[in-house]
Amino acid sequence: MSESVNQPILLVESLGKNVANHASRKHVLADDELAILHDIDLCIQHGDSVAIVGPSGSGKSTLLGLMAGLDVPTRGTVYLDGKNILQLNEDERAALRGEKIGFVFQSFQLLPSFTALENVMLPLELQENSGTYADARQQARQLLARVGLSEREHHYPSQLSGGEQQRVAIARAFVSKPALLFADEPTGNLDTHTGQQVIDFMFELNREQGTTLVLVTHDHVLANRCARVLELQNGRFCSASEVGQG
Amino acid sequence: MAFSQGLLSQSIWRLSLRMLGRDWRAGELRVLLMAIIIAVACVTSVGFFTDRIQQALNHQSGELLGADLRVAADHPLPAQVTVSAANYGLRSTETRSFRSMVQAVGENEVNGSSRDGEAILGQSRLAEIKAVGPDYPLRGALKIAPARFAKDSVVHDLPPSGEVWAGPQLLQQLGAKVGDQLQLGYSQLRIAAVLTYEPDRSGSMFSIAPRLLINLSDLSATGLIQEGSHVHYRFLLSGEPKAIADYRQALIPHLQRGENIEGTQDARPEVRSAMQRAQQFLGLAAVVAVMLACVAIAMAARRYAQRHLDTCAMLRCFGASQHRINHIFLLQLIVLSFLAGPLGILSGFLAQEGLVVLLGQLIITELPAPSWTPVWIGLLVALGGVLGFALPPVLQLRDVPALRVLRRVATQSVITPRLQPATLLAYFFGLVMLVLLVIYQAGDVVLGGILLSGLLLATLLLWAAATFLTWGLKYFLHYLRKGFLKKVSQSKFSAWHLGLINLTRNRRASTLQVMAFGVGLMVLLLLTIVRGDLLQGWAKGLSEDAPNRFIINIQSQQLAEVRNFFAQKGMADVELFPMVRGRLTEINGVSVSEQEYVDSRAKGLVAREFNLSWARKLQTDNHVVQGHWWKENAGGKNPFPREFSVEEGIAKTLSLKLGDQLTYLISGESFTATVSSLRSVKWDSFRANFFVLTPPGMLDAYPASYITSFFLPAEKNEVLDELVHAFPNLTVIDITAIMDQVKMIIERVSMAVEFVFLFTLVAGLLVMTAAIQSTLDVRLHENAVLRALGARRRRLWQSLAVEFFSLGALAGLLAAFFASVLGFVIAHQVLEMDYLFNPWLWVLGLLGGGVGVGLAGIIGTRQVVNSPPLVVLRKL
Repeated sequence: MSESVNQPILLVESLGKNVANHASRKHVLADDELAILHDIDLCIQHGDSVAIVGPSGSGKSTLLGLMAGLDVPTRGTVYLDGKNILQLNEDERAALRGEKIGFVFQSFQLLPSFTALENVMLPLELQENSGTYADARQQARQLLARVGLSEREHHYPSQLSGGEQQRVAIARAFVSKPALLFADEPTGNLDTHTGQQVIDFMFELNREQGTTLVLVTHDHVLANRCARVLELQNGRFCSASEVGQG
Repeated sequence: MAFSQGLLSQSIWRLSLRMLGRDWRAGELRVLLMAIIIAVACVTSVGFFTDRIQQALNHQSGELLGADLRVAADHPLPAQVTVSAANYGLRSTETRSFRSMVQAVGENEVNGSSRDGEAILGQSRLAEIKAVGPDYPLRGALKIAPARFAKDSVVHDLPPSGEVWAGPQLLQQLGAKVGDQLQLGYSQLRIAAVLTYEPDRSGSMFSIAPRLLINLSDLSATGLIQEGSHVHYRFLLSGEPKAIADYRQALIPHLQRGENIEGTQDARPEVRSAMQRAQQFLGLAAVVAVMLACVAIAMAARRYAQRHLDTCAMLRCFGASQHRINHIFLLQLIVLSFLAGPLGILSGFLAQEGLVVLLGQLIITELPAPSWTPVWIGLLVALGGVLGFALPPVLQLRDVPALRVLRRVATQSVITPRLQPATLLAYFFGLVMLVLLVIYQAGDVVLGGILLSGLLLATLLLWAAATFLTWGLKYFLHYLRKGFLKKVSQSKFSAWHLGLINLTRNRRASTLQVMAFGVGLMVLLLLTIVRGDLLQGWAKGLSEDAPNRFIINIQSQQLAEVRNFFAQKGMADVELFPMVRGRLTEINGVSVSEQEYVDSRAKGLVAREFNLSWARKLQTDNHVVQGHWWKENAGGKNPFPREFSVEEGIAKTLSLKLGDQLTYLISGESFTATVSSLRSVKWDSFRANFFVLTPPGMLDAYPASYITSFFLPAEKNEVLDELVHAFPNLTVIDITAIMDQVKMIIERVSMAVEFVFLFTLVAGLLVMTAAIQSTLDVRLHENAVLRALGARRRRLWQSLAVEFFSLGALAGLLAAFFASVLGFVIAHQVLEMDYLFNPWLWVLGLLGGGVGVGLAGIIGTRQVVNSPPLVVLRKL
């Protein structure tokens, strides 16, 4: 994980995103587009934990996708660990993601035909120069043990509860020791108690590895566990607050 | 050891194989695998079969000839041919083959109630007699057995003088056994053994009679070789390759008309021709199955890719490049093709045994093991099918946006938005594979091109017809909804409505399935019902008293006695026709030779001797189409003009026209006359007819034999036995038996083609299965919602039955329509007869298609009705 004392891990400048207005079926003309995000500026330092909250349709997931390099903005720039990701092609962005970013999704997004252990190993298998297969396996097992799923290593996602699946997803997100973790509604599909457990694991690992955390959620309790909370409404930041950490 | 980049990296292999194994366990790849196996199996089944014949021709050609070189003629070979062999240090022998009647002789001729101490003679049968000289065969060996069904063994001797070796079929037909006596011409010979194998014997397709082997020294005593006898004279040679080549080189310039040389490279042209036809017909049938299998591969791969969209998005999230995505799936496809290929090859090898049972004995008596060529072809087909048809949709997975993990962005259409160069290249590769396969099976680029055009045209016609049917169904349904259905059921969810709506909703898939099944059903209907109709129609076209026996080899000095014999048997109206053998040597004063003609039939007509005859009046089954029939002049030395009347078919083949002067060499003398008329002949009247006729008196000076044909009722069969006993040199040909043999050959060949087309039906089933799978999620969801809303399972089963029965019925309609059209075309254009459309064709097509596809479809979609709705809704 490369760190520069002054260089933020994530810098967003004047970010905007338009999409075609499908209702009118004319998605070519500029005046028939829908603006999802308007002039978003954001600076996140190494080790920060940031929650982006807002109602449904406010553009939270769109912003997360742009920041993670999963999508390309209509306007503005995104710098990830000093690199302008808009100047990278799709494969270079993918390589950067593999190196720097971990993901946790609302719908877990585990590969159904892979066991829990294999799902956790996946990011390491996709990277080049990340060590031997045995090393990857060992790291994955350690993380699964860390999230309390040692006995479920060889179980498939269909054999795990929602909470267990999300814990596997968290282990997968952290196995490559990413500099930055993006979590999109990580407790959206979980009950309160399970969600709490999952979040506890996530913040514990976050502290242990010093990962920068960017969380998209409409759960204000979860949001308040982050150091900063940014509220998005109608594609713009309307407020920001500093709250406690973890 | 660090991971390394690229296709060969261990991590990619591990990931790829793991995904392959898990997908296989989940049932994701079964249709894909089966489609590859079917494509490979049908190509290799035909490939192994034709390859075995080719191996026999290539490596056993010496044995197929019974020698290293064979000189054959339709007349006794000149001394120059036979004597000079010794000068080259070659071993030689000769054989003479002809057909003649053989009669069983009763055991007890001393006590028997015979007249004048003669033997009691049993049934007579036509046999293929081969008289062989010392040292025969020069290559390979004969096999004999002590009795029918006893174990045979190789023998290096020949039947001694006075004894014969008879084929098992002959013994069965005569009701004779080893040790019995046979009457052959004027000789009685003892059956010493059962002849089970001759190295140079043709398959049963090429011979009309069972076999009898005699010693050449016994031939003259039989008195069977007379004027007009059709005898194949063969001179066999073996020795060092150089000596053989030198002898052949020296002989070629001296070969006369009617003589030819066969070496090991060009041995058995009839077998080569049959093999080529088998490869073309069966190979084409296999190509149709391969095409359908490739459609199933493409559909299954498309679904496979669709179900891996989320996986690819996830892999992209975690850093996989587009190349890595491609590599992961490309490796899976390559491994799959190398798994499915050998399985398909093994299946093809087992299946070709079916073809051997059906056709093998027809073409050649013993087939060796195949070479490796069909194996490589099978692997190429597997690879080509996978890379050409499975790879394109899978290649497009590289375009799956990583953003999909956050939301589904136009996800359903991501598989087909734009064609990358790599995708286009893959499709091109697949099409090239199919084109090359057609050319390979056709054995000729031009023929392959014609066949490809035909296939394309047939595909377009089928597609148009299938589209018309599915469109028609849509409008039919529209009117049903407005009328009948409204009265029958108020509910929009009636089984009929649901079933037919499903069919018309995805018209493209329905059209494809109707085509896929329609092709297989059409061919099966053509080969069973239509074939039967055509054969029956042809048989019915023959009059009931059409001649069923031919008698040949009646010598001129036997004429009066033979006429008397028939008169005594109440068959005085049997007409005897003269036959003079002559060879066409000149047309309009210019020498003719085989080399001038390209058509193989023309070459044969020029090479062999013609059967000339004379007639005063035109027979009722002959009609003059050009020119005039000769008129008798009242006075004059020659009441008839010196003219020829030529059959129009050979006139066309040899490019003869009215006014041409033809010269024939008859018994060493030239005979010239002018073509004054061309005749059409109804050959299937089975009456004695001739290509070339002269007026009476023209050929009196030349030696002639006589032939006749007549109808013999079954209850009078013993007349022939008496005739052969009285005139042992006569040959009786049972036309009914020949027609039965022809029917048997047609039946076997049809069954062989049907056998290969079974692969087409299976491929059609795979197309349907792939189509069902592609809509499975939608069906599951729909039916779960319907059941949650109160629909009963019975109604859902009924709607599925309606949908698939209708699909099958549409395919059956298509099949029946095209089978009828083809039957009509064949009847009118080829067989020149009327064709009555058979209503059963339509009934069987509709029912067969409906029930077959209906059952298969219900079985394939049973999960849709059986899955608990809550489980489905939660999962989806």
